[in-house]
Amino acid sequence: MLDKASFMKNNNDTELNLSCPIPKSDYDKILLAHGGGGTLSHQLLNKLIFPQFDNEILSQHSDSAVFSIDGKKYAFTTDSYVVQPVFFPGGDIGSLAVNGTINDLCVSGAEPLYLSASFIIEEGFLLEDFWRIILSMKKSCEKAGVKIITGDTKVVDKGKGDKIFINTSGIGLIEEGINISPKNCRLGDFIIINGRIAEHGIAILSAREGLEFSTTIKSDTAPLNSLVKKMFNVSKNIHCMRDPTRGGVSSTLNEIALESQIGILIEEEKIPVSEEVKGACEILGFDPLYIANEGKMIAFVSPSDAERVVNEMKKHDYGKESVIIGRVTEENPGTVLIRTKIGTKRVLDMLSGEQLPRIC
Amino acid sequence: MKFIDEYRDSAAAKNLVESIKKVITQSWSLMEICGGQTHSILKYNLEDLLPKEISLIHGPGCPVCVTPVEFIDKAVSIASREDTILASFGDMLRVPGSKEDLLSVKADGGCVKIVYSPLDSLKIAELNSGKNIVLFAVGFETTAPAVAMTVIEAKRRGIKNFSILCSHVLVPPAIEALLNSGRSMINGILAAGHVCTVMGYEEYIPISKKFKVPIVVTGFEPLDILHGIYHAVKQLEEGKYEVQNKYSRAVRKEGNLPAKNLLNEVFEVVDRKWRGIGLIRESGYKLREVYAKFDAEKIFSLEEIPVEESRHCIAGLVLQGIKKPTECSAFGNLCIPENPLGAPMVSTEGACAAYFKYRKVIA
Repeated sequence: MLDKASFMKNNNDTELNLSCPIPKSDYDKILLAHGGGGTLSHQLLNKLIFPQFDNEILSQHSDSAVFSIDGKKYAFTTDSYVVQPVFFPGGDIGSLAVNGTINDLCVSGAEPLYLSASFIIEEGFLLEDFWRIILSMKKSCEKAGVKIITGDTKVVDKGKGDKIFINTSGIGLIEEGINISPKNCRLGDFIIINGRIAEHGIAILSAREGLEFSTTIKSDTAPLNSLVKKMFNVSKNIHCMRDPTRGGVSSTLNEIALESQIGILIEEEKIPVSEEVKGACEILGFDPLYIANEGKMIAFVSPSDAERVVNEMKKHDYGKESVIIGRVTEENPGTVLIRTKIGTKRVLDMLSGEQLPRIC
Repeated sequence: MKFIDEYRDSAAAKNLVESIKKVITQSWSLMEICGGQTHSILKYNLEDLLPKEISLIHGPGCPVCVTPVEFIDKAVSIASREDTILASFGDMLRVPGSKEDLLSVKADGGCVKIVYSPLDSLKIAELNSGKNIVLFAVGFETTAPAVAMTVIEAKRRGIKNFSILCSHVLVPPAIEALLNSGRSMINGILAAGHVCTVMGYEEYIPISKKFKVPIVVTGFEPLDILHGIYHAVKQLEEGKYEVQNKYSRAVRKEGNLPAKNLLNEVFEVVDRKWRGIGLIRESGYKLREVYAKFDAEKIFSLEEIPVEESRHCIAGLVLQGIKKPTECSAFGNLCIPENPLGAPMVSTEGACAAYFKYRKVIA
C-alpha cells in the first residue's frame, strides 16, 4: 500500500504528464497556422507529439521513417491532403495525394512500391468529381509505376468536412549503399534544385475563391521517383534530399541546417522563379522562397559530383531547369543565409505563421 | 522581372553607395517613414552597404502597428457576434488586442474573412444577406481611396448589410508630431512613395520649411532607397532643406486627383489616437455624416474601453524611431511573431517583424 507522501508524488507526476507542454501564454487552441509547416507546426510536433511517441525510428524526423526488416531497408510515410480548391490548374487533390507520398519516399532514397489511399468524403460531394479524382490518381500511379494496394472510404455529414480529404501512405525499398539524411551533409556540398519554385502555391492561390486571378501558372505536382533514380545512377555522393512543400524552399533549408548543424548559403540570383510567379508574388506581397512546391526536390551533393548530377537531371522532364543554388558552409551552423541580388547577405528564416492555408 | 530587376541591380547599387560616400562628411540620421521601406532595407541588408555615418531610423508607417488596441478590441467584439462577418486584411488577424486577437476569435467560431480588396467585402455582403458585413478599414492614404470607393459603391447598389470600422490614419500629421516631439533626432526624411502616389507631396513643403528638414519622396526597391538616401544626404551636406521627388515614376506633385476626390467625398479629417504614440491632431479619417449609416461604430454602439499595453513592449518608442527593436528586452524571447506583444512584431510592415525575420548573423 502506498503511503501518503508517495501517493502525492505519483499523483503529481501524473498531473505533470497530463498538463499541456505548450505554455498558456501561447494559443490555447489549434489555429490554421499550426498546420502551416512553419514554427507553430514545429512546436506542435516537438512539444506535443514527438516526446509522447518517442522511439529510435520516429526520432529520425525525416520525410519517411527508415527501418530494416530481414536485412533490407524500407521507407514508410503517410500524408493527408486537404487542398482547397479540390481541382486547381495543373492538378487536383488526387494527383497531389499520390505524388506527394511518392516524393516523400523517394527523397528518403527509397524506390516507392505500394500506396494506401483513404478518403473522407463530405455528404453531397458530386460523384462525377469523385470519379475525376479516382481517374487522376490512377493516372498518377501509372506514371510513377506505383500500385495502390489498400484503402478506406468514410462519409461524413454535410458541413462536417470540406468536400473531400485524402490520406495516402506509402512504402518503398532502399537499395543497399544509399543513405540519405540531413546528418550526412558535408562542408562544401552543393545544393541543387530541379527547377522553378513556388508554382504550386501560386496556382492554388489563383484558383481560390475571392482571389481568382487569371494566370498561366500551373501546379508543379509531379512524381519525382524516376528523376531521383537517374541521380543515383550517376552519383553515390548524394547526401541529403528533401521536397520543399509547405513552407517552401526556405523552411526546408532551415530544417536541414538545424538538424545537421551545418551552415547554408544560397544565392538569390540563382534561384529559378518564373516571371509569372515573380509578378504574382510582388502583387500579393509573398516571397517565393516561402511558397509550396509539389514537384521540387532539393539535393545536397558532394562538389565532385554536383555538375554530373545536374547534367543528368537536366535530361529528365522534371529536371530540365536544374541548377545549383548554394552550398554548405562552415560559418553560422544551423543557419541559412542568402546573398541578395544586390550582393549583401542576410538570414533566411523559417516561415513563421501561415502564408497560405490548405495548399496541400 | 521588368521594372523590378532594374531596381535591384548590384552594380548600380554599388555606384549609388559610392556617390553617398563621396558627399558625406559627418553623421546624419534619416527616417524612412514607411514600413515597406523598412522591410526593403532589412531584406536587402542595405545598412551593410552604407557608410557608418548614416543611421536609419524606422518610422511609424505601418498601418497595422499604429491601429489603436481599442480598435482591435472593437473588431474582436464585432467578429464575435453571431450576426456578423468581419472582413479584414490578413495582417490584422494576429495583432494582439487587450484580451485576444482575431485569429483566436476565428478559431472560436467567429466569422473573420480575409479580403485582398475592400470591394470583395461587398461581394461577401451580397452573398450573405442575413448577416452584417463589417470591413475593418485600416491603412494610410494608400488604402483609404479603395475603401472610399467601396462605401460609395455600397451606397449606389443600396447594400444595407455593409459597414466599415474606420481606423484610417494620415502620414503628414504624424511626421509633424514626430518632428515636434523634442525627442526627435531626425535630420532628414524619406517620405513614403505610395502615400505620395495618392496624395502628392505639396503637404510636405511647409513641414520641410518649418523644421528645416529635407524630405525626399522615396520608393521601395533597394535602388530607390539608396537614391533617396543619396539626395537627403546631399541636401544636408549642402545645408538645404527642400522637398524632392525621387520616385517620379509613380508620384506627381498633385498626386492622384480622382483618388483624392473619393477621399474628400467620403471622409472628413479627425483627431486620431495612434497605438504607441498617442493622440495626434487631425491625423485620421472618419466617415462624413452623409455616409454615417455605413459606420460600424454607430451601428453596433461599441464602447471604447481604454486598455493598458504590455509593460515589456516598447512599440511606441520603436514607432517614433527613438529605439530600435533590438533594444527591447522582450525582442526575440518574450515577443516573437507567433506570440507578439506588440503590433510591430506582427505586420509585414512592422519594424520588429523585419528585424526578427531578416536579423543579421551574430558574428
